[in-house]
Amino acid sequence: MCSLGVFPAPVTAAQTLFERNNELLSALDPGEHSQVCDLPSPQFTRDTLKGHSRPESSSRSAFLDQRDTLWMRSAGAWRDAGLYGLLDEITNSADEVPRFLAVGSSCVLALLRWASSFHGSLFPHLTLSSDEMVAEFSQMLDWSDSALRSFAWHPHTDKFAVALLDDSIKIYKSNSSPTPTLKHRCQRSVCALQWKPLCGSALAAACQSCLLIWHVDPASLSTRPSSGCAQVLSHPGHSPITSIAWSPTGSLLVSASPVDTSMMVWDVAAESAVPLQRVGGGGVTHLSWSPDGSRLLAATPSALFRVWETRMWTCERWPCLKGSCQSACWSPDGGCLLLSMQGERVIYALTFSDLTGGPKAASVVADLSETTFPGPDGDLTVGGEVCSLSWDPRGERLAVLLKGDSQAVNHPSVIAVFKTRSSPVFELLPCGFVMGESGAEPRFMQFHPHFQHGALLTVCWSDGRISHVPFYFSSAGLLGGDSPLQAFASSTADPSSNKLYSEQTS
Amino acid sequence: MIKMFSPKQNCWFIRKVVMWRAVASIAWSVLLLPVTTAVFVLLSRFRLFHPIQWISECIHLLTASSTIFSLVLLCGVVLITGLFNLEFYTLVPSIPCSRMALLGTVLHPRQCVHSLVYCSMGMLMMWCASVTIGGRYSTLGIPCRQSESGEVVACLNEYHLFLLLAGAFMGYSHSFLGVVQNMYYVSFQPIQQYKYPRFKGCLSMVVKCSVIQSLYSARNFAALYFFFGYVPKTWISSTLHLQIDSSVQPLDSLTGLLDFSLLYHLSISGSFLYFTWYLTVLLFRIYVTEAYSFPVQSTFTEDAEQCLPKVLPWTNSLVMKFLALQDLALLSQHSLSRRLEVFSLSQPGGHPHNWNAISGECLSLLSELTQRLVAHQDAVASNGRVKSQSASSDTRSASSSSSVVSGTEDITESPRLSVPLRTPGSVFRSSVGGVHSALTAPFTPDLDSPFSSPAIRRLVGQQEPRSPWFGTVQSPHVMRRGPKLWSASTESQSNSSPPASPATVPSPPAADQKPSFLAQWLQNRREQLPEASSQALFADSQAHIWALQGLSHLVAASFSEDQFGVVQTTLPSILSCLVVLLEAVDRHFKLPHASSKPGRTICSMGDSTYKTLRFALRAALKTAIYKITTSFGEHLNAVNISTEHRKRLQQFLEFKE
Repeated sequence: MCSLGVFPAPVTAAQTLFERNNELLSALDPGEHSQVCDLPSPQFTRDTLKGHSRPESSSRSAFLDQRDTLWMRSAGAWRDAGLYGLLDEITNSADEVPRFLAVGSSCVLALLRWASSFHGSLFPHLTLSSDEMVAEFSQMLDWSDSALRSFAWHPHTDKFAVALLDDSIKIYKSNSSPTPTLKHRCQRSVCALQWKPLCGSALAAACQSCLLIWHVDPASLSTRPSSGCAQVLSHPGHSPITSIAWSPTGSLLVSASPVDTSMMVWDVAAESAVPLQRVGGGGVTHLSWSPDGSRLLAATPSALFRVWETRMWTCERWPCLKGSCQSACWSPDGGCLLLSMQGERVIYALTFSDLTGGPKAASVVADLSETTFPGPDGDLTVGGEVCSLSWDPRGERLAVLLKGDSQAVNHPSVIAVFKTRSSPVFELLPCGFVMGESGAEPRFMQFHPHFQHGALLTVCWSDGRISHVPFYFSSAGLLGGDSPLQAFASSTADPSSNKLYSEQTS
Repeated sequence: MIKMFSPKQNCWFIRKVVMWRAVASIAWSVLLLPVTTAVFVLLSRFRLFHPIQWISECIHLLTASSTIFSLVLLCGVVLITGLFNLEFYTLVPSIPCSRMALLGTVLHPRQCVHSLVYCSMGMLMMWCASVTIGGRYSTLGIPCRQSESGEVVACLNEYHLFLLLAGAFMGYSHSFLGVVQNMYYVSFQPIQQYKYPRFKGCLSMVVKCSVIQSLYSARNFAALYFFFGYVPKTWISSTLHLQIDSSVQPLDSLTGLLDFSLLYHLSISGSFLYFTWYLTVLLFRIYVTEAYSFPVQSTFTEDAEQCLPKVLPWTNSLVMKFLALQDLALLSQHSLSRRLEVFSLSQPGGHPHNWNAISGECLSLLSELTQRLVAHQDAVASNGRVKSQSASSDTRSASSSSSVVSGTEDITESPRLSVPLRTPGSVFRSSVGGVHSALTAPFTPDLDSPFSSPAIRRLVGQQEPRSPWFGTVQSPHVMRRGPKLWSASTESQSNSSPPASPATVPSPPAADQKPSFLAQWLQNRREQLPEASSQALFADSQAHIWALQGLSHLVAASFSEDQFGVVQTTLPSILSCLVVLLEAVDRHFKLPHASSKPGRTICSMGDSTYKTLRFALRAALKTAIYKITTSFGEHLNAVNISTEHRKRLQQFLEFKE
């Protein structure tokens, strides 16, 4: 088991640039240029992005109150707040309605409130407001405070999408082509983004009230695609959506909401959904589809997660001891699942194999409790809860985002990077810490899905910057290196030298 | 109804699989009937303030002989419903392209029989319900005291009559909505689930739908009864010599109808009625769409008929073809061992028979769709509607409808289609052998009907009637759907009903048309559903989607799994077929109305999946090409395809699509 104590001490003074020869080099090291790859690294600050000023319901305070008839008020209350609002309205205007109606509605209201508070005591997350819930279950650390709301690499090309504080999504490409900005009326509080695999254009965005599927034509030069390019998928009771996952074949999209006990399996083109309901857990917060497409992890807000197999859509139930499952990632071959739990400072591993019929218990593979490193300007403490996990597509580097302690000095959030090895036994070896510029803490990270020379970690920082940290290594082909995609990706792109499919006629 | 038991049924799949699935679904519906009846009893006798009395009364009622008798009757109803499901279900929805076509469907004799049976079943169920509810609803005649003479005579119990008529009304509206909402269209889910979880997941939807439908029907029926209630009332009372009690409030008045208890019982019984029917439909759908695993190859020659390469080109049984394609899509994604069987060579000889048969069938399906789309684009006028007259001479119409009818009709293949087709025209048609015996049987009884296709008339050597009405009603769409509407059979029966492939546009010569007021009115009627022609083109596209998925995943898997290189030889034809289809689909979506999305449907049991099949097909096609290009990458440059196709594939390699 690996712990943070064996890591090389972090360099706090400067930003980590890249890894070469098994060493993480920072900007302080001599002879290194600051720009190592030609990917765009934009920066967004909170000041330039104006969030939406106030929710629609609060615009009420700008107008004078006018007394309507009871019928009008009741209809308005029903429209605005449903049954609760209607009952509340009737109870409040007790002098205008018959006495039995007022008493009855107040009784029903009390009963409903009692039931919902009971329900809320079973599942405390249900008492949160919609925005708080998104912030709680988002993979982005400090979601509500951050200028960047979500980030996603395209699985096949050098482009990525960033969701921003002002509810817009920007798409950046490696060359200096225009960056389209996507805005839509329904695009509020974007919690997750994911590009559709095996497609050049489709981007799914999990919003507060619905699921948006953008079709951004890669050949188009338009910087503001119209909202007609977006498909709106919604299902009653299925909001806010905090996680989405495309199947690796691109045919299905699964969405999850913490308030809905069923997750939706969408056939996006047909705009139809199949709900898969399991009552235990009280909702689904995080989804992760294994790269080979055979399994899907669904975490719940309670101390329980499920692993679905995607052939017949049955699930295994995994109760946890302490907290809910915070983050998870799959190995590239889909055989190993790494998990982190809320309130625990370890990484668990589950190894799936078709021969043995699945694992019986999770094993602890890394200990991430606080460790103090002496530094030039005081001690630096790292370690803590795991906020997010990311495994590079070749299965050789694992990045772990560790939550810091905002109260304590010198205990920032950091990214620890492990080297992974699967044979003879699964093992994590220390690689180093990825540091940002001074004062910047990491918020989110994701590996580039097809970096040629090793792995490339993209990090969103608290100062609104997006930076890329390459890890140069030669692939040992330990995990998942034998899949055709990887094999092809590592081969050189010279068509004349590949004569596997030689000239032939049918 | 009787025909499905006929010995002509020679497809093993219908006999061994579909029949058993239908039987199992009906058995489950019957088994669930006591449960729903118990719930109905509990709800109908509900008393808020006397819970103990309520429960004991219900338990007493459930064991009473009248309830047992009702249950037996209800079992009969469920049985008939199940048989109707088996008889009427369809995998390719019939999409009426105009209001006239819809009207034709509703007024079809087969549909009339259906409505009549459902009316009587509704009445029967309502009779059971009213007996179960008891009290003032239980009998049609009640003793009453005449006001002037004071003697006791038999009077008409209007409450009972009201419920019976409501049952008939609900039966008819179920039958009517079944046509309008394509209730008998069975769609396949995008994911596979076991039957029980699927049933559990759908149950709440069925309850919701039946309650909503029952409330709608109750409202409509109450309105209808308010205006026309006196007609059946006087008729029944005069035929059965029942007096009308003038002392009670008549129900066809406002105060009579505003009876909360009556409306409650009406909607509860209506929900019970709809729920029973919907549950049967749901169970049937779940059972029929369950995946069936066909063996890829068999060591025994007697099982060779049942293997996937043999089953796929089989065109007589649509349900078998669909399930075979679904199985192909599943095996290509999930089963390594079965994929290896597909790529294997035949033992003596070393021929890739399995792969050739499977890929050939998929390719012919896809090129048939391409052909259909190209023909539609040729036929479409600039306003996005099918040119009714000019389309009559269209090549496609001749080739698709007439070629099946007789070999003597000239089949003009579209010259641009250089793709070699093993089965020109629609693969869903019946095979050419034995066409006459197969086709004439179901069509003969309907020849006098005005909606049947002239092709069929030519087939049996009848002179086409030249009535002006006949001439005008012959909208291309009506006629295209004609054979399907009129056939007294479903696709499940082997060689009986060829679902006319969409976009087949035979229409009578323009000289027959006598423009008149009626004709113009009808012209207006039939041009009202512009999107429908696009929907109808892709009505059977679920098969194409599976073919695309199966083909692309097999080709992608062949990169590492195909030991003998059997896929390599067909790769050029697969790629060019996909690219040609993509071009045709792209052009189709440029047509007006083709890319307009259908509105959200309200809660109903009818399946509207077919409305978005064209979008699903387009997405599946692009994904299929991407699947192949990403797995082969630059190796595709070595594949021998034409330059334009290579250019298009290069777009996919660069993820520019």
